[in-house]
Amino acid sequence: MSSLELRDLEVAYGGVPAVRGLSLTVAAGEIVGLIGPNGAGKSTTLHAIMGLVPASAGDIRLADRSLRGRPPEAIARSGIALVPEGRRLFAELTVDENLRLGLAARPRGAMTGDEIEEIAQLFPIVEEFRQRPAGALSGGQQQQLAIARALVARPSILLLDEPSLGLAPQVVDLVFSTLRTIAERGIGVLLVEQRAQRTVALAARTHVLANGELRLTLTPDDAADTDRMVAAYLS
Amino acid sequence: MSDFLRDALDLQVQVDAIGLGAIFALMAVGIGLVFGVMRLVNFAYGQLIMAGAFALAFASDRDWPVGVGIALCFAVVLALSLAMERVVFRPLRTQSAAVMLVATFAVAFLLQSIALLWFGPLGKTATSLVQLNRPVSVGSVDIRKITVVAIVTAAVCLVLLVALLNRTSIGLHMRAAAIDSQTARLLGVRANLVSTVSVLIAGVLAAVVAVMLTVQFPTVTPTFALQETILVLAGVVVGGMTRLLSATLGGFLIGYVSGLLGGALPSSQSQYLPSFVFGLVILVLLLRPDGLFTRGRGLVERV
Repeated sequence: MSSLELRDLEVAYGGVPAVRGLSLTVAAGEIVGLIGPNGAGKSTTLHAIMGLVPASAGDIRLADRSLRGRPPEAIARSGIALVPEGRRLFAELTVDENLRLGLAARPRGAMTGDEIEEIAQLFPIVEEFRQRPAGALSGGQQQQLAIARALVARPSILLLDEPSLGLAPQVVDLVFSTLRTIAERGIGVLLVEQRAQRTVALAARTHVLANGELRLTLTPDDAADTDRMVAAYLS
Repeated sequence: MSDFLRDALDLQVQVDAIGLGAIFALMAVGIGLVFGVMRLVNFAYGQLIMAGAFALAFASDRDWPVGVGIALCFAVVLALSLAMERVVFRPLRTQSAAVMLVATFAVAFLLQSIALLWFGPLGKTATSLVQLNRPVSVGSVDIRKITVVAIVTAAVCLVLLVALLNRTSIGLHMRAAAIDSQTARLLGVRANLVSTVSVLIAGVLAAVVAVMLTVQFPTVTPTFALQETILVLAGVVVGGMTRLLSATLGGFLIGYVSGLLGGALPSSQSQYLPSFVFGLVILVLLLRPDGLFTRGRGLVERV
């Protein structure tokens, strides 16, 4: 399994810097968190990794090969999957069709019976409603489908952009425990979240971004330290 | 007026109108498919058909076998489609709809001018398939063979296309790219492959239409299929451009209505046909600006 590395990443929108000199690593099987206030550059970082916005300096490397300047479809095919903010499912396609779109990142072949079984185990709801339009699912079910779709690609690195947004607390529990299972299977997870405390508790390291810069890095031990969390946001 | 109605309801006129509708439906699919995947209104679609028709005329001039003529027609149309996609559509993919429309206008008039230079304003005649214009009698109605061929071919093409879109992975990728191209690319869908395939399918349909139109109108000039393309574009907008099915129905409808009016209008008034058709187009657009066959303005599947 390969690891993802950002080296002094810089991203700017029309000359205005959005990410400045960000370096971080996500190794196989590890969960890394990325938190910070709105506009801190968290989503921009994910978009830069996926090739949706160009990096103005620095490098993005997967298994020590640079991804900079490659188009999104090539990055997806190299083994990085994104669960985008707002899930971005194809509402009018069926659950099954959405899942099969995950195969687009793989060189060839259909899903094996084992894989379908594995997804059914992780997300029973997705399996149950395979022939329904994805738009007919509830928010929590859609989030599960979005993660399932990303896993069908068999990524080595999974990026998630605020997967808990708009979900009921018990569904958030489910999503977070699923992330742990995913990491245990050897996939590196980079998690962008608003729920700072839960992210810090879950991730091996959580980087706090503000104004596009890495301000500090927290470990699960800091999750109970409310002062340190608040300070991280206000610094 | 009662003569007009009687003529319009005449079985002969009905059959011919359905035949024309079938050909227009295929053109609508070609235009609608490329619009769905690339958000590009290809005004040069008619010139692809014109080029295919000239290929048929060229082969017919040299007394080449019919099969060779048809193969040449397909080869010319597909090569031109691919060239258009590579040289114009792909580099302009991220530009605004207006830029892309003007670019296709330019391509259209460029191809028309080249045809004018090579073949002159009087054009050429494609005669190798004219025997398909001979009628077969079914009861009191004389049906031209080409009408049957057009209806059957259109039906077969549409069934094949639906199967491709719904049963293959490239079809699924095309539908996804038509709904949300960026998300599709994030999942690994290759944007270039998807646009090439849709342009090629549209090209195959243009070649099929070229064959069928030259049977009915054997004189091929640089403006061949131009009026039909404008009618189909109007039909696609009237039907609802945002969905392939509604665009196809719109294409069929405008072909059918043109056929009906053409059959029912006394020949002394046939020059008014376009005015009647476009008058109807304006009326429909005023009443249903989103398209005759669309529901609401919600999320729609474009391919």
